[in-house]
Amino acid sequence: MQVKEALPSLAVIAALIAVWWLTVLATHSVIFPTPWAVVTGTLELLKDGTLWRHIGASLLRVGVGFGLAVCVAVPLGLWMGWVRGAYQTLNPIFQILRPISPIAWIPIAILWFGVGDASPIYLIFISSVFPMVVQTTVGVHTIEKRYLRAAENFGVSRRTLFKRVVIPAVLPQILVGMRIGLGVAWLVVVAAEMIALHSGLGYMIMDSRNAGNRYDLVIAGMIIIGLIGLSLDGIMRLLEEFKWVRWRYAH
Amino acid sequence: MRTKIEVRNLTKTFASDKGRLPVVESVSFEVRDGEFVAIVGPSGCGKSTLMNIIAGFVAPDTGAVLIDGAPRTKPSSKGILISQQGSVFPWLTVRENLMFGLNGHGPANNMEIADHYAGIVGLKGFEDSYPHELSGGMLKRAELARALVVKPEILYMDEPFSALDALMSLRMRNELLRILAKERHTVMLITHDVEEAIHLADRILVLSPRPTRIQATFEVPFPRPRRVSSSELQEMRVAILRELGVDRDELGS
Repeated sequence: MQVKEALPSLAVIAALIAVWWLTVLATHSVIFPTPWAVVTGTLELLKDGTLWRHIGASLLRVGVGFGLAVCVAVPLGLWMGWVRGAYQTLNPIFQILRPISPIAWIPIAILWFGVGDASPIYLIFISSVFPMVVQTTVGVHTIEKRYLRAAENFGVSRRTLFKRVVIPAVLPQILVGMRIGLGVAWLVVVAAEMIALHSGLGYMIMDSRNAGNRYDLVIAGMIIIGLIGLSLDGIMRLLEEFKWVRWRYAH
Repeated sequence: MRTKIEVRNLTKTFASDKGRLPVVESVSFEVRDGEFVAIVGPSGCGKSTLMNIIAGFVAPDTGAVLIDGAPRTKPSSKGILISQQGSVFPWLTVRENLMFGLNGHGPANNMEIADHYAGIVGLKGFEDSYPHELSGGMLKRAELARALVVKPEILYMDEPFSALDALMSLRMRNELLRILAKERHTVMLITHDVEEAIHLADRILVLSPRPTRIQATFEVPFPRPRRVSSSELQEMRVAILRELGVDRDELGS
């Protein structure tokens, strides 16, 4: 992005920080921190290394949960997209499970997996697997008929059909699903960590509040979560540049 | 010459909201081996449906299509369909597209064959390009080459050049004739462009509006290369257009 294009949004951010700062000063709030307090709080966390530990814990949970979800969702989505019976059987179940907030799964996750790392990983899995299954299935359903006809015309083997037509045609949709899935996973990990865990950014936020109303650290945690979420999405966007999906975005 | 394609009494009716919609009504004709037959008809008359039945993608309600005397039930690489929208895979390079239909050869040989046909259609140097990097005309060449690679006996062409501009369409016609002179294929061409039909075909079938039947047949006995502006060809053009319901005044000549 050009510096010039980023200028307006930087200006808005600066204005928001200014309003925040002035409001805190004007109201003489003792609990709500100034932006500067947030900066010093962050530096404090950086110095003693706890920030990196929490970030690492959150990212690890997202990595494992999201990775498992990709491994399950992509083959399942391809199967449901290709085999009519599979779609008719499983789609209604997924349509019921999908709108259930991952937060609602927390009690069951604790029941099944205890209060260790497995619970948040399960929650991340369950929240990111559905959007990816749906996107992959939609991807298969929207392969243009003319391409399938051409493949049929050339009488290629099933293997070639999948390797050369179906999977490459669906790959851009799979990437869209992965972007959505990772976004949801990042939302969920923070929520999951607020309950019964001793590491992660979500825990850090709750712990800062409980241990002496350190709202500077609460806000620092929130901003860091936002920035990491932005970076994760940026990484997923970079995947769109790969040559096997670039055809979708050309023109 | 022996019969390559025999179309026997085809009918097709589609179900629609307003009831049954008969599209093709008892169409029968034969195509000889190596012959170039063009089918012209008013738009929406069921030309494409007819072609899809003959190429094996759609089953007729009644009737049969025989290729070399054997009934055709499904598409095969003996006859490749080239359609208006094109079906060059956008996620494969030109070379990968051309190699797509080749099963059971060594990979090195595959590439050789693919590059050979890329050369024939004038895509030398573009083997590694992706379709979105090509112009409309080049895309058509790639599609044609991909069909030729598998050495089909029949080319089914459904308005193949109608998405191109006039100049490129003319160029592709000449290109097609040049290739056909080298590799003798049986060709069925569907077009709404009467001039294109006269330029290319040995015989022209004129279809009626829906439900479509064969309304008239024109032999095109003129030697190639043909000049579409010559008086005999123009006369035939007027005669065909009249069959299609365009009268002399509308032709402006």
